[in-house]
Amino acid sequence: MDEATRSLLDALVDDARESTADLARQTGLDEATVEERLTELEASGALRGYTAVVDWDAVDEERVSAIVEVNVELDRETDYDDVARRIAESPAVDSLRLMSGDYDFAVNVSGSSMGDVSGFVSEEVAPLPAVTKTVTHYVMETYKERGVSFTDRDDDDRLSVTP
Amino acid sequence: MNGGDPRDSDARDRGGDDPTGAGRGSVETDGGAASGAEASEGEGSRFSPADRVASVPPSGIREFFEIAENRDDVISLGVGEPDFTAPWAARSAAIESLERGRTSYTANRGMPDLRRAIAERVTRYGQSYDPDSEVLVTTGASEAVDLAFRAFVNPGDTVALPTPTYVSYGPGVRFAGGEPLPVHTRHEDGWALTTEALSEAGVDEADVLVLCYPNNPTGATMDADEMDAVAAFCREHDLLVVADEIYAALTYDGDHQSVATRPGMRERTVVINGFSKAYAMTGLRLGYAMGPEAAIDAMTKVHQYAMLSAPTTAQHAALAAIDRCDDEVEEMRREYDRRRRYVVSRLRELGLPVAEPGGAFYAFPRVADVASDGDARAFATELLEAEGVAAVPGTAFGAGGEGHIRISYATGLDDLKEAMARLERFLS
Repeated sequence: MDEATRSLLDALVDDARESTADLARQTGLDEATVEERLTELEASGALRGYTAVVDWDAVDEERVSAIVEVNVELDRETDYDDVARRIAESPAVDSLRLMSGDYDFAVNVSGSSMGDVSGFVSEEVAPLPAVTKTVTHYVMETYKERGVSFTDRDDDDRLSVTP
Repeated sequence: MNGGDPRDSDARDRGGDDPTGAGRGSVETDGGAASGAEASEGEGSRFSPADRVASVPPSGIREFFEIAENRDDVISLGVGEPDFTAPWAARSAAIESLERGRTSYTANRGMPDLRRAIAERVTRYGQSYDPDSEVLVTTGASEAVDLAFRAFVNPGDTVALPTPTYVSYGPGVRFAGGEPLPVHTRHEDGWALTTEALSEAGVDEADVLVLCYPNNPTGATMDADEMDAVAAFCREHDLLVVADEIYAALTYDGDHQSVATRPGMRERTVVINGFSKAYAMTGLRLGYAMGPEAAIDAMTKVHQYAMLSAPTTAQHAALAAIDRCDDEVEEMRREYDRRRRYVVSRLRELGLPVAEPGGAFYAFPRVADVASDGDARAFATELLEAEGVAAVPGTAFGAGGEGHIRISYATGLDDLKEAMARLERFLS
């Protein structure tokens, strides 16, 4: 990947709402080229989406999140991808990853109540034939998500003008 | 941006106004300034500064600092240090060293394993130094600069200083009893130092030449050919070189070029570098000097009496920084680079000419064409008062900075965008 494309991705990871003009300024590409690269990156599957990072505790909206550990037992007809596809189908699933270690899948789930989340686990995950065990950990507090800190503090203690 | 002690800045900035001592009229470059300063200090004080201290004019940055600190809507583009925090690995190494009770002095020259790590690290710049005899760990690169002047400048020696440049060299030379000789670099040359400028300024007769590339305040870097030419000049005229390479890790358009790697230059160059800018560790105060054994011996002699050893806690942090923080440094560099491109694009869109800054975290646009009387100081003051954007007038970095302002992009993109929007309003 060339340096300009890398900068383009860095800029979008920082702020997916950057205007094309500001992306151009930060990368040294012209605006038409920025649009072109974005289209290419989207087409190739490198850029999968542009979403917001929301602190649901700060709005009047019940939101419960959990990390669910899932153990599976595979057979000739079923592989990890098959199980993952099934689990990923649910809109309650925010992210789904295959892990090394004591369990196989880590599933980030959210819903509007604990009942929603446990319902998802008991009705959509546990009954799958390959699933042997689930452990659900409810999120108690979020401090940082996707690089964005949820604790507001201005910790810039630099002097405002220095040589 | 509070929390720091303004007096600290005062002390730091004092003497920082004009590194060459030539920018504010020749009257200040001779002994006359001393008596003037004495009178203004007020009678009754037993303490009248020594002549070499009095001869250094007060800071030109201080008044901006005061205005900026007294408003709460200011976006500061005037900060000469990273906005990042030191990498966690470095901080935790500092904490661990304290927990383990590592609170004694270290060897005068610094911890041996830190010196080895430094010597290994700088091989990336083509530099090769023996950690036992050719590396000295100092309390910030600032101490190393001071040591170099005190170790090698005799009273009356001439020390050539490119201008504009960092504020400490001129006063440092004066404190050592030397005479600063300004060498003007030009916007048109991308602020690179040329042999023409060296000849014109009479540097062939000088004793020492200070180089600071990547440069504060211009962000200029020297390319290989430009550095070759300066090196040839130094050899031809038998100059000793103090190369302050504190921004070496922050180059964007090519590899860092060190004068010390040119043929015949290692034996006449002291290279100074540090952890402040590369690792965002300014407050830990840790730098280093590298040079031939005789040079490091002389600097160590001053250091061992004046400082004993650099802060032990910071040395532990620095060792971890070298060992484990390359990724963070690269991440910071990439973010600076995006901001740099953004700021330079915006400045040019606003019609302010700016030479491509290849390193550090500064842009140095010309405001002479849009400032009243072409005066950078007036421009910066009006910009701060009208729009709450703080930038340092180029004259704070010597006469060569006239007509320009220094814009630091060691500030988040959101603030940079807002600052550029305000600057646009100010210019329209």
